[in-house]
Amino acid sequence: MEYQFNFTLVWRHAWRLWWGLGLSLQIALVSLGIGMAIGIVCAIAYADGGRTTRTAVAGYVEFIRNTPLLLLVYLVFYGIPSVGGFAYDATTSFVATLAFYAGAQLTEVFRAGLDAVPAGVVDAGRAIGLTRWGNLWHVRLPTAFRVSLPALSNAYIALFKDTALGSVIAVPELTHGAQWINFNTFRILEVYALLTPIYLVTGWIILAALRLLERRFAIVRHA
Amino acid sequence: MIDAMIYALPFLGEGFLTTLAVSGLVVAGSLVLGLVLGVALTFGPAAIGWPIRAFADTIRAIPLIVLIFTVYYGLPAMRVNLSPFWAAVAALIAFKAGHVIEIVRGAVQSIHPGQMEAAKSIGLTFVERLRYVILPQAVRRFLPPWINSVTDSVKGSALVSLVGVIDLMMAIQQVIGRTYEPMPLYVLGALIYIAVNAALSVTSRRLEARFAATVA
Repeated sequence: MEYQFNFTLVWRHAWRLWWGLGLSLQIALVSLGIGMAIGIVCAIAYADGGRTTRTAVAGYVEFIRNTPLLLLVYLVFYGIPSVGGFAYDATTSFVATLAFYAGAQLTEVFRAGLDAVPAGVVDAGRAIGLTRWGNLWHVRLPTAFRVSLPALSNAYIALFKDTALGSVIAVPELTHGAQWINFNTFRILEVYALLTPIYLVTGWIILAALRLLERRFAIVRHA
Repeated sequence: MIDAMIYALPFLGEGFLTTLAVSGLVVAGSLVLGLVLGVALTFGPAAIGWPIRAFADTIRAIPLIVLIFTVYYGLPAMRVNLSPFWAAVAALIAFKAGHVIEIVRGAVQSIHPGQMEAAKSIGLTFVERLRYVILPQAVRRFLPPWINSVTDSVKGSALVSLVGVIDLMMAIQQVIGRTYEPMPLYVLGALIYIAVNAALSVTSRRLEARFAATVA
């Protein structure tokens, strides 16, 4: 290989990568938070709601799950403001996109979690006099949440990877930082030689940390 | 809104075919590569298994868009000149293969080891054991997760537009560049992708039913 690696210029601008990494992690966290709220509400609506509610939730989930994320990113950033007559900055738009994207996936996750709550436990809640909401709040949700924890960790890591798509609408996250350095220094291979390990190592660290957390909250299984 | 969609349709045909071609190549390529590597990972010695495990874990941990850019910009520096189309397809195949490897491993390992031992004891060679005993059983457990991943391939194919391949996504962008009406075009694009995926899921449900029925 005749290509001469030269990291001098890249190091000078490397702060954009660290800064972008921080933003990527934050975007993933905020969208996971909003996505969880959407997911929980939609899952409860699906589990307890009537036919219309179910169809609406299923429609939302299917729409998001069968559309490329890239198209959703464009649709929210360019499409919606063009008909809505308002505008928002790229980061807000991107967080909103990821939140709705995560929301659809987490709806499925929490739906499975609610399904996993044994009917006997719900009956027991009713037997000790919990109201419908009391039962939901004290019995069904805590159980469903713990069952869903591993899926939530995976969702966070997937979202962290998906933040790379923010670069197409110039959200200054990690990949966008890398592209900025590319366009200004032309040391493209060096940048990607850095960018790839950053995603890899960050992903591993998050995974290890979340597995530890999961173990703390896990439902203790007897026998 | 409908008018803008109807106006755009003729311009999307070629891009749509490219999207189908990319998806088809990726699904087929990753299936072949993933099957071979997945079987090698499950049954091969550690010397073969380790590199495959490292490959699968690494490639799945990198955002697809970063992988496509890395292949697209990285290969020319190694004196391999691929067109944007093939560079993107190669990156997508490698990425999907990482997922197929995991699905194959999961499916094959879920078959009781007694099956392998029984096949061994009646004197089948390794290839025969795979072909007549393990794989026919594993295929039923392989299909549902693999079919989900096919939908992901179709969705992932939209990323080839970022290296300048004129697929459906890029064709949509081009029409928007002329009409300055983004919303109808993006909605139309979403509907087309949903239609493709819906067609796939109908086909795949039939496929699943067939395989489930033949082996009772």
